[in-house]
Amino acid sequence: MLTTILFYVYAAVLVGAALGVVLARNPVHAALFLVLAFFNSAALWLLLEAEFLGIVLVLVYVGAVMVLFLFVVMMLDINVAQLREGFTRNAPLGALVAGVIVAEIVYVVWARQLGLDLSGGAPPLPADFSNTKALGAVLYTDYVYPFQLAAVVLLIAIVAAIVLTMRRRPGLKQQDIGRQVAVRREDRVRIVKVEAEQRP
Amino acid sequence: MSDAATGGMALAGSIGLPHFLVLAGILFSIAVAGIFLNRKNVILLLMCIELMLLAVNFNFIAFSRWLGDLNGQVFVFFILTVAAAESAIGLAILVVLFRERRSIDVEDLDVMRG
Amino acid sequence: MQHAVPAEVCLAIVLAPLLAALVAGLLGRLIGRVGAHSVTIAGVATSFALSAWVLKVQAFDGAPVFNGPVYTWLATDGVRMQIGFLIDHLSALMMTVVSFVSLMVHVYTIGYMHDDDGYQRFFSYISLFTFAMLMLVMSNNFLQLFFGWEGVGLVSYLLIGFWYKRPTAIFASLKAFLVNRVGDFGFLLGIAGIVYFTGSLDYLAAFAAAPRIAAHGFLLFEGQAWNAMSVICICLFIGAMGKSAQVPLHVWLPDSMEGPTPISALIHAATMVTAGIFMVARMSPLFEFSPAALGFVLVIGATTALFMGFLGIVNNDIKRVIAYSTLSQLGYMTVALGVSAYGAGIFHLMTHAFFKALLFLAAGSVIIAMHHEQDMRRMGGLRKYLPVTYWTALVGALALIGFPGFSGFYSKDVLIEAVALSHVPGSGYARFCVTAGVFVTALYTFRLIFMTFHGTERMDEHTREHLHESPWVVTVPLVLLAIPSAVIGWLTVGPVVFGGFFDGSIVVHADHDVLAEIGREFSGPLAFLLHAFAGPPVYLAGAGMLAAWALYLKWPGIPAALRARFAPVYRVLDNKYYFDWVNEHVLAAAGRGLGRIFWRGGDELLIDGAFVNGSARAVRALGALVRHVQTGYLYHYAFAMVIGLAALLGYLLLRS
Repeated sequence: MLTTILFYVYAAVLVGAALGVVLARNPVHAALFLVLAFFNSAALWLLLEAEFLGIVLVLVYVGAVMVLFLFVVMMLDINVAQLREGFTRNAPLGALVAGVIVAEIVYVVWARQLGLDLSGGAPPLPADFSNTKALGAVLYTDYVYPFQLAAVVLLIAIVAAIVLTMRRRPGLKQQDIGRQVAVRREDRVRIVKVEAEQRP
Repeated sequence: MSDAATGGMALAGSIGLPHFLVLAGILFSIAVAGIFLNRKNVILLLMCIELMLLAVNFNFIAFSRWLGDLNGQVFVFFILTVAAAESAIGLAILVVLFRERRSIDVEDLDVMRG
Repeated sequence: MQHAVPAEVCLAIVLAPLLAALVAGLLGRLIGRVGAHSVTIAGVATSFALSAWVLKVQAFDGAPVFNGPVYTWLATDGVRMQIGFLIDHLSALMMTVVSFVSLMVHVYTIGYMHDDDGYQRFFSYISLFTFAMLMLVMSNNFLQLFFGWEGVGLVSYLLIGFWYKRPTAIFASLKAFLVNRVGDFGFLLGIAGIVYFTGSLDYLAAFAAAPRIAAHGFLLFEGQAWNAMSVICICLFIGAMGKSAQVPLHVWLPDSMEGPTPISALIHAATMVTAGIFMVARMSPLFEFSPAALGFVLVIGATTALFMGFLGIVNNDIKRVIAYSTLSQLGYMTVALGVSAYGAGIFHLMTHAFFKALLFLAAGSVIIAMHHEQDMRRMGGLRKYLPVTYWTALVGALALIGFPGFSGFYSKDVLIEAVALSHVPGSGYARFCVTAGVFVTALYTFRLIFMTFHGTERMDEHTREHLHESPWVVTVPLVLLAIPSAVIGWLTVGPVVFGGFFDGSIVVHADHDVLAEIGREFSGPLAFLLHAFAGPPVYLAGAGMLAAWALYLKWPGIPAALRARFAPVYRVLDNKYYFDWVNEHVLAAAGRGLGRIFWRGGDELLIDGAFVNGSARAVRALGALVRHVQTGYLYHYAFAMVIGLAALLGYLLLRS
């Protein structure tokens, strides 16, 4: 019972936050709406007894990714006023397509039931079931290679982000060690034979 | 015995898998609409992508719970990783774009016009 | 037992002129004028010598018929296409006539075309013509016949338009070719019919299958069953109508006088135009099975014989008068074929070849002397300036009108008697035409002689001073042609027409074999000569001579008065019965109009506009339309993907 109420509350706020992301005028507001959406999602995931992922969502997504978003939004000098043109003109079509997709998903999931009997509650889990432990057990054994690869992906993301955005200040004097080491004697020293002065 | 014949039409009953799936569907379609309706802001584009990924994650976790298979959650783990990486790079590109064009208007990005 | 003529001889007869033609044509500039005429005369002389030998061997030594293929070109679907020769009495006679006349014309041309720039080209063409004509007469299958047929038509086109810078010559050459084409269409249909029924192009196969074909009915038009043999023979005769200039496909022959006179003599008097007559005679085994076809031949021939003669009376161009005379005489030959007197027709062909070629060459001699003046109204009294020409022309004229004793007399009178004895449908009309035609022939022939060689001299002073007899290269052929024109009738009428000369080559059914009837009473040329005074033709010829003398020598004012009096008749004759008018303004204009419709509508509008340019335009339009999908905006592409996803999902859901 409580579960049901909680579900509907969180779900409603989630949908509202999603709408807010799309409809917000100010990008900062949109980012903040997205943060709200993530929080509510985390709550729902806790309801689904996926605690680890719920916490990770908050820590990583909200804590890192959304902060990054906010950094960028505030860094770019955006003209807010011109951001909203063309919206109302296309709203009906967008709403229609979205509605069609929702209708189709509802049809499949609800009316046709996916061919399974899943209307009841989830199968119960043992009392001492630790989601984190179970996840860890699988992650470091069956999925250890994908795990390492995920780390590599993150490394690549770092490198890519830096490479893309790094710029050099013009006129900055820097040492290029590579070139310094590659210098040859002929480039620096030149022996010139000079006629000795005539002593009278 | 739950009424399988009538399906999960009982709203006041327990929350079933269909609820979560419909919720994920709604989130997804809102995000898609957002991509289409958004003309002026590339950042909004990236945020809608995050929403879409969130919807997908919902699906995975719901199914993992109902089918008792932990692989769904592992997959969500990786999706979160990759989504983080992708948004980082996306934002880097956005910053460079803004440097060049001084605008994040999506309608200005039409060099590939046919 | 004499051996058959060897195949090598046949090949030599045919290939010698061809080789000479190629050498003179391709290497003309290299070997010069003398070289060109020498090599071609050598080639044709070889052909003539060998042909005469073949004739002697065949006719006098009794050699068997040579019928065999020499080379198989290809065999398809059971039909063998070969080069082969059929040497029997008929073809031997034709070969000799063709090569002799050709040789005379070759020699004559040395003098006639002396000043012309295209000297070597001319010799090459007339040698080439000789090759094609020999292929035609020596053939043993329809394909080679058609090859020769087309070949002579082609060379005729080249020669009529020899002076290609003259617009009238080009017009005439095209006219000849196109009218011949119409005939060839019928000819091809006839050959196709033969192949259809026998599966072979060989003469002997066709002849053997003739009874079977004649029993076959044929649904030509809805509900009308025609006899297959009649259809085939009429189609073949249509080809002959084109080539031998019978009404209505005769219109090209007068215009063909645009070509140099030697070719008028060679092609349009002696050889090419006789190809049709030869073909019908050769196909006598087929024609004999079709009375309908023979009747058709008879009526056409009779009409041509009489009505073309009328046109000779009103024309003033010396060559054209002789051309109309040729048309008329071809009509006579056709009439002979129509009453199944094939032998008489071929005999007349032979004598006509000699005296008509002679007349043309004599006219050419006059033309050279008059500095290429052809209008008879500006001639007159030439006999004292051109004695050899005059006497030979007179011999030719007497032969033409059938003066007793000359060759034309024997061939024409046999012919007229054969028509008189015949009872086939149309023979009454034909009898009237050929008999009346004797008067007409005499009238126009002696009109020509009197206007040209007798009477007051109407040429201008300058021309008169330069009048002199033509060189020996011109006069010797005249004499050589005058000799057979005079005597060959007397010498050969008995053996050739009544002596079974054509027994192996020509087939006549007994119930209408008129020549056999005449032959039963024939007792030699002298008896025939005396017997002729009992019939009308001799007196009609005399009357015609008298009338010509009266109208053109004694009282020259009468013709003008007659013309004024009978102006409408004169107008019809002057316009050649309006055949040319119809051809030019109705048929040719319709053809041109149709062509224009196909060009503008079909080619420009439909093919270029709709298919070629239209498809390009359609592609471009489509591209311009589709281009709008490529907006360059990411969100458009994403949206398209989503719409596609929704649609696909919907389709999958609705399907199940």
